[in-house]
Amino acid sequence: MDLNDSPQQAQYRANVRTWLEDHRQEAPVFMGQDDQESIAARRAWQSTLAEAGLAGVTWPVEYGGRGLGPVEQVIVNQEITRADVPGILDVIGVGMLGPTLIAHGTESQRTRYLGPMLHGDEVWCQLFSEPAAGSDLAAVQARATMQEDGGWRLTGQKVWTTNAHFASFGMLLARTDPDVPKHKGLTMFVVPMDGEGVMIRPLRKLSGEPDFNEVFFDDVALDGDAVVGPVGGGWGTALTTLMFERMTIGLGSEAMGFRAERFAAAVAGDEHARRDPEVRRRLGELSLELLAVKFSGYRTLSALQKGQIPGPESGLAKITTVKAAIEAGDLVADVLGPEALDADSEWSHLISYMPGLKSAGGTEEILRNTVGERVLGLPPEPRLDKGIPFSELRAKERAAVASQ
Amino acid sequence: MNLELTDEQGFLRDAARDALSRVKTVAAAREAIEDPASLPDLWPTACEAGWAGLLVGEKNGGAGLGAFDAMLVLMEAGRVLAGIELLGHLPASQLLDRAGDERAGEVAEGTLRACFVAARPPGDVAAGWTVEALSGSQRATAPVLGDDGMLRGRACWVVDAPGAGLLVAAASRQSDGSPVAVVVEAEGDGVSIERVVRYDATRSIGHVTFDRAEGDVLSGVGGDELAGAWYLAQALLGAESLGAVDTALATSVAYAKERFTFGRAIGSYQAVKHGLVEVLRLRENAYSLLVYAGWAYEDARNEFPLAASAARAAAGHALDYASRALISVHGGSGATWEHDAPLYFRRAQLSRRLLGGLGDATDRVAGELLSAA
Repeated sequence: MDLNDSPQQAQYRANVRTWLEDHRQEAPVFMGQDDQESIAARRAWQSTLAEAGLAGVTWPVEYGGRGLGPVEQVIVNQEITRADVPGILDVIGVGMLGPTLIAHGTESQRTRYLGPMLHGDEVWCQLFSEPAAGSDLAAVQARATMQEDGGWRLTGQKVWTTNAHFASFGMLLARTDPDVPKHKGLTMFVVPMDGEGVMIRPLRKLSGEPDFNEVFFDDVALDGDAVVGPVGGGWGTALTTLMFERMTIGLGSEAMGFRAERFAAAVAGDEHARRDPEVRRRLGELSLELLAVKFSGYRTLSALQKGQIPGPESGLAKITTVKAAIEAGDLVADVLGPEALDADSEWSHLISYMPGLKSAGGTEEILRNTVGERVLGLPPEPRLDKGIPFSELRAKERAAVASQ
Repeated sequence: MNLELTDEQGFLRDAARDALSRVKTVAAAREAIEDPASLPDLWPTACEAGWAGLLVGEKNGGAGLGAFDAMLVLMEAGRVLAGIELLGHLPASQLLDRAGDERAGEVAEGTLRACFVAARPPGDVAAGWTVEALSGSQRATAPVLGDDGMLRGRACWVVDAPGAGLLVAAASRQSDGSPVAVVVEAEGDGVSIERVVRYDATRSIGHVTFDRAEGDVLSGVGGDELAGAWYLAQALLGAESLGAVDTALATSVAYAKERFTFGRAIGSYQAVKHGLVEVLRLRENAYSLLVYAGWAYEDARNEFPLAASAARAAAGHALDYASRALISVHGGSGATWEHDAPLYFRRAQLSRRLLGGLGDATDRVAGELLSAA
């Protein structure tokens, strides 16, 4: 077992650190704001990072990446945190959707989309969730119908779409065949966000920030080459995205600011609190969970280096991170008092952010189901949707509601 | 970076599992509740396997392995509730080795069993070196090495003290209160060890009294080394607890798959499933922290107090939760002697109250972070 950098990794880290020290004054000041100006600044910063090879570290060289491993990606994350500068703006694109295109896209899709994505010239959003398809993602109803000319027409609604209001493209999961069981009739598409019939409506999050949206599609025309992966194979393509999502979250929790040291520092200045047994117990409990997640991340990284793919157990790290960060926000605010709830306070921001994060990427309940079944091998709950064509399933659901 | 076990660590773990499987340790734990004297002596097994000298350098006749290797052995012991006196012996052996004590060779062989009479080091709030009191939340001061060279004082609930040949006591000097390691022959004048059995009969514990006991001061062992031994004991206790969690989880999961109610396996119900996933979550967290402690022991010694305290607290909490889940998944029978579940519950109940207790380990996590902030 060895947690230390190899000589090559140490050299890589030193290079990254030097570059960040030399360029940190070019970085935008992070304010948690979502106005046009700060988005433009963060786009430019992403481009600067990409040119320095600090974005898309694990992407193949031919698509503008560095072709390096997950360890180098983590080294970059750690050094960006250390330098106290923002990371890339489009984590969803570069971390999840780009790798999905690399895995399932056509050569012309990769050539067209990956470069501008990496440099932040075109930001991407993930159009998976719907009002009635969140944890049960395969229940999506947005319909895409093939036209005679090989193109498609898309109608439906997506929701909880981060960054949609300034995204150029979205990757969208749609139902293309309602007459087969629900996991089988899905297809993945690239959708231009400025297309005719696309309407974006901002949703204000609990914090008040408008970086969330619902997106409506009214008979939007798509070309035949908008399809990513096989027609009817959208579920497999979506699973690839979700795997990269777990990896991005699993290796990036420190970069997201969920660090034991940060919360301890917030309490340490209060001479009374730092001696209060109740404060210390709470701080100790939440801190050991965050430290555990950090080292669980390193364990995942070890496995990745050996070519293993992160499995559903990484869902446990997400559950722990959310739980500990909620407790941390509560503790710091209990110590600081109502002042911590000031709109400009980082603690108010954290406290507002966590309830939504608890459901993001799968609710805690669905994650526990998945881990229980796929890792512990416990039997699934009886399911009423297996093997039934999606159209019939919907009819049954409507009948069940009507009979109540 | 590579956090997977090395081949050698895999062999060490498998060999430990194999050696312990030759003794019916869980059945013995059950019998020992009524007849503590019936507990099998596993020390010869430990000596034969080389565990006694695991942390002693090769120069002094040991294997010169690391803290995580020792944790792997303790995990295997915990898995089958084997009462091997390694929690007391290993930290003591490591101090003797470090001081280059002439008895280190015998200790490494295991012909001389040592026991660390642990004292909790001062923290950011609590001053002084303290030991477990007989009862109550107020800790007792560590034994004192008088200006006359004699050791006086009492430490209660000392893990693995009964039957040890050599005691390595963390003490304070009468002259200036500075910490010192004193080696005392267990059979010598002025030393008494009262064997006690509490709830978990597999655990050897004793109250140790020094009344003008003669001892040798270990050279080159000061506060840092004594604190290191305390935190090593924390990490080892955490590892042992984690092993017990693994058995509790596997047993619970197996039963949840085969027990049916209302026409379904109970493991298909979310209420049961989510509880068992919680055991797994706590288990994974504890294992990651043991990995942290193993790494810090070798390569980031200043983080070892934080890592070891976190690992012990996480593993202890995981065992608490797992042993209760083990009982409740098995319904009524889990709370009777018809099942092994009560043995794991007993292990959890006593373990959480030893070596400062779970609450103190959690407080140390906070203390280390606050001090560094």
